[in-house]
Amino acid sequence: MDKFTTLTGIAAPMPLVNIDTDMIIPKQFLKTIQRSGLGKNLFDEMRYTQDGQEIPDFVLNQPAYRSAEIIIAGDNFGCGSSREHAPWALLDFGIRCVISTSFADIFYNNCFKNGILPIVMPQEVVDVLMADARKGANARMTVDLAAQTVTTSDGQSFGFEVDSHRKHCLMNGLDDIGLTLEKAAAIDSFEAKAATLRPWA
Amino acid sequence: MTAPRTLYDKIWDDHVVHQAEDGTCLLYIDRHLVHEVTSPQAFEGLRMTGRKVRAPEKTIAVPDHNVPTTLDRANAATMTEDSRVQVAALDKNARDFGINYYPVSDVRQGIVHIVGPEQGWTLPGMTVVCGDSHTATHGAFGSLAHGIGTSEVEHVLATQTLIQRKGKNMKVEITGSLRPGVTAKDITLSVIGATGTAGGTGYVIEYCGQAIRELSMEGRMTVCNMAIEGGARAGLIAPDEKTFAYCMGRPHAPKGAKWEAAVAYWKTLFSDEGAHWDKVVTLRGEDIAPVVTWGTSPEDVLPITGTVPAPTDFTGGKVDAAARSLDYMGLTPGMKLTDIAIDTVFIGSCTNGRIEDLRAAAEILKGRKIKVKRAMVVPGSGLVRAQAEEEGLAQIFIDAGFEWRLAGCSMCLAMNPDQLQPGERCAATSNRNFEGRQGRGGRTHLMSPAMAAAAAITGHLTDVRELMTETA
Repeated sequence: MDKFTTLTGIAAPMPLVNIDTDMIIPKQFLKTIQRSGLGKNLFDEMRYTQDGQEIPDFVLNQPAYRSAEIIIAGDNFGCGSSREHAPWALLDFGIRCVISTSFADIFYNNCFKNGILPIVMPQEVVDVLMADARKGANARMTVDLAAQTVTTSDGQSFGFEVDSHRKHCLMNGLDDIGLTLEKAAAIDSFEAKAATLRPWA
Repeated sequence: MTAPRTLYDKIWDDHVVHQAEDGTCLLYIDRHLVHEVTSPQAFEGLRMTGRKVRAPEKTIAVPDHNVPTTLDRANAATMTEDSRVQVAALDKNARDFGINYYPVSDVRQGIVHIVGPEQGWTLPGMTVVCGDSHTATHGAFGSLAHGIGTSEVEHVLATQTLIQRKGKNMKVEITGSLRPGVTAKDITLSVIGATGTAGGTGYVIEYCGQAIRELSMEGRMTVCNMAIEGGARAGLIAPDEKTFAYCMGRPHAPKGAKWEAAVAYWKTLFSDEGAHWDKVVTLRGEDIAPVVTWGTSPEDVLPITGTVPAPTDFTGGKVDAAARSLDYMGLTPGMKLTDIAIDTVFIGSCTNGRIEDLRAAAEILKGRKIKVKRAMVVPGSGLVRAQAEEEGLAQIFIDAGFEWRLAGCSMCLAMNPDQLQPGERCAATSNRNFEGRQGRGGRTHLMSPAMAAAAAITGHLTDVRELMTETA
């Protein structure tokens, strides 16, 4: 997993609420057995017509946002299916950070496993960031994970909260499984105890 | 004396392997269910790092999302190449890593969330995970069950644990009894309609109250299944005698002295008097009507007696979202829901693909013919299918004009050939009405099996209670 420290890039405005993971990556692209290559199908049904032509109005098709690295989104981003293909598709497109008033739990968690930083901000801050994102390609936003701040193109800075464990893993690009396996002895002793207390499980 | 705890608190406490100073916990996982769509990258990860599955005996795999449900599915040509590759990968991974497996050819194959309880893998007080958001279904047994992403699937395969932070406790109480024609599906949709799709975010929901107690295990699974549509990762219901009766004698349920010990433990699994709830929602069972969804979010729920809303009925971001939904659904504000014509009826899914669901639909269909273009029943498992045939339900469906299919996820998410065409409107017993969910441009109205059967008979959304009066 790539480290996430600071990011300065273009932010795409997506004010629609309840953007679900079926929208982010429709089911026909879940048949892959790999993690990579999904970026071209990110938001597929919003982004392309049925015969594969780009829909010019869609934000990521607009010249200003084709290389966006941040999405500013409406409430409850990533709801629905648990498919990790959603963050894989975002990452493969080049998105490293999503900012919204709220995220669905599973999607939120999946982001951290893939080097994407999801940031929860209050509505009034999201409104400011959305307006900044609407300025287009010349307006670069900066996300600083160490300092836990998002700074708009005109220098307004806002703090955000992030879980310390997740921050540590993201900043260092750490593999969760490796960390957990260091606690193998604790898992062994839990299993031994559980075998006595709940032998049917 | 410990402080009063909720059911969620108790199950959590019994599964903490390690707690870090910042509160992050390593939680032990008792059952890991696996399907073909969200697991190939996880097994590949194990291979690349030379890791093994830590507890293959607690890991259960079944292909369900891609598999065709037509009777000729043994013929490989019924699957697209990429679907075939994905199912073949699961076959191989199950074999290579030695995990429990129900292949497509096995009569016990079906939707993972139907197979788990049916085979007795899911038991009260357990932690159950699967790379699938509808894992919440298993909460009906008083187990802590939730969906995970593929990275977490790999983590559980390798370590039999998950890194978790504890969620908050939310109580959803349904008082009193349901009225005739109202089912578990109407409860769970009505709750989402009341709380919104983010109302449960960050919470684990415990459903309780008389109306929940009065539900069968099948009905309880329907309620918990859609906890995720309300934003909650997990929904659960305290186990009781109905739960124990359902589990007893299942292939992987404990027997003899172990059964006795298990039941004694299971009887301690309830929320203590005075336990702390971070949020409480109460609905009166008598107030719940048969409902349908009109839009493209599961929170877009209305009683069947209602009318299509206007964007101006909403506030905030929902105004634009409702306008977009109405456009996508091809509906006009103010029209009666019962005037919406239906092309297709889909009965099945992990929400409503169990025997009781098929019975409820057959009850309405008996002696009647469908007026829609196509209608299909996809049983949740091979065993549900066999039982429905034995009970004569299959013949009722066939006589009414339904296609009688083999088990799988089918048109719930349309990863197999069962898909809607653009503009095709479907009365579905599944769980998501998202844009494109059942096929690009497809229009989905969610409802109970009885309501879907009623729509099949009349060709439009229908209040099932009217058909019940006719038969009475």
